[in-house]
Amino acid sequence: MITVEKLEKHFGKLHVLRGVDQHISQGEKVVVIGPSGSGKTTFLRCLNLLERPTGGRILFEGVDITDPKCDINRIRRKMGMVFQQFNLFPHLNILKNITLAPVQLKLMSQQEAEENAMRLLKRVGLSEKATVFPRQLSGGQQQRIAIVRALAMNPDVMLFDEPTSALDPEMVGEVLDVMKQLAEDGMTMVVVTHEMGFAREVGDRVLFMDEGLVVEEGTPAEIFEHPQQQRTRDFLQKVLK
Amino acid sequence: MLIATALAENIAGNASFLENWWNAVSPKLMDGTANFWETIYGEIYRNVIMEGRWLNYLKGLGVTLEVSFLAALVGVILGTVLALMKLSRTPWLSKPAGAYIHLIRSTPLLLQVLIINFGIFASVNVDKIIIGVIACGLNSAAYVAELIRGGIQSVDKGQTEAGRSLGLNGWQTMRLIVLPQAIKTALPSLCNEFIVLIKETSVLAYIALTDLTKAADYIRSRTFSPFTSYIVSALLYLAVISIFTKLVGKLERRLRRSDNR
Ligand SMILES: Nc1ncnc2c1ncn2[C@@H]1O[C@H](COP(=O)(O)OP(=O)(O)OP(=O)(O)O)[C@@H](O)[C@H]1O
Ligand SMILES: [Mg+2]
Repeated sequence: MITVEKLEKHFGKLHVLRGVDQHISQGEKVVVIGPSGSGKTTFLRCLNLLERPTGGRILFEGVDITDPKCDINRIRRKMGMVFQQFNLFPHLNILKNITLAPVQLKLMSQQEAEENAMRLLKRVGLSEKATVFPRQLSGGQQQRIAIVRALAMNPDVMLFDEPTSALDPEMVGEVLDVMKQLAEDGMTMVVVTHEMGFAREVGDRVLFMDEGLVVEEGTPAEIFEHPQQQRTRDFLQKVLK
Repeated sequence: MLIATALAENIAGNASFLENWWNAVSPKLMDGTANFWETIYGEIYRNVIMEGRWLNYLKGLGVTLEVSFLAALVGVILGTVLALMKLSRTPWLSKPAGAYIHLIRSTPLLLQVLIINFGIFASVNVDKIIIGVIACGLNSAAYVAELIRGGIQSVDKGQTEAGRSLGLNGWQTMRLIVLPQAIKTALPSLCNEFIVLIKETSVLAYIALTDLTKAADYIRSRTFSPFTSYIVSALLYLAVISIFTKLVGKLERRLRRSDNR
């Protein structure tokens, strides 16, 4: 579904991604872990071109999205993204947050979009919040809405950048539960996270990134029980304590 | 104005006691035997009541408010366009916008008004109100542009990223997500800009637009009172602007409440 070839990203002189090759298949759940500053966020943001790669190619469903002629707005409809800071639109109520894009992009009528939104809200247990504003919700609720907002576009893949890092500990579970449910439904997912439990339970494949490279990858069992690289072992020792 | 005319007739009908008083006071004013209060009363009578002069002030105030409102409209629309241009990454959009804003903010409004009146509209016969609206609108736009630009920049860039990641294009994201938040943030300062504008349209008296300031000029030329008509106009500006300031304060408090709900 997504093929990444020799992906590179420079920020000025800073060489943040130094040749990443990856293939993500339909339905696969890929979890990206690694120390701070290793390029996980940058890698994820390159996948939907929020960051423009400075080298290499990214193919999405057979289309080279790094080609300047590619209509990236059209591609992004099929790639949902969930941010660490939720980024809900504070001036719109929850229903409007969810229906804005599908209606504006003429993918659905207002009524269809609202029905779809209500169905999704019900799935995450927030249907009674349809008419409130984001500020009136807890962090965990906001993040669940953010997931719903992305899902309302019927994406083929969902990208998550540390979706639980900005949450109070007691709210992490409710967001991870929604993500697990999504995984069970067969969604293709790329998840940057520090939640090793989630990685182990949900991940089909774990990528360990360091210094702009995927240093090691494998099933959760391989990475967590038998890491081959010293850097992976050091990192896991630190985060698992 | 209909109400004003009705009021004028009403007052004229019931004003005989004022007139009687005036008839008693005016000889004292002439020969300099009037006391302090008689002088004040005489000034007010001559500059406000006599010959329905207060209508001149009200008409002037009407013109001032009309020009200010229309100029604010021009200012907000053009100012938003200028702000978007200045923030654009395309140099041939951002450079001219920046230059325009700089030019307007670095020259006196009065000179801009004179140049537009005697330069651009010299040979055409255009209503002074329209010239005033254009001149003040072009001026206000530069200040509004900076306020809106500040508002746009204060919107978290995560908002843009969220919009773009949903497949909205740059303009849709700006129009539906960033601008509404930017304008809400800038709203109190925009209202203050409007208050400034109400006062600054007084320079239009220079091009003979009969606004509130020019009305005072006109009355002074009729009554030969040294400055009473200016005081009357000033009090009217004060009254109107006090009302607006109160309303803006209310608005600010409401916005703040809605921010931490
Ligand atoms: N817009 C940017 N401009 C300049 N440098 C950047 C930018 N974004 C990221 N970087 C740098 O790129 C490097 C990789 O950042 P990135 O955010 O991808 O790391 P990360 O693995 O997501 O880290 P974390 O776990 O802290 O989120 C860091 O050194 C960061 O400072
Ligand atoms: Mg990151």
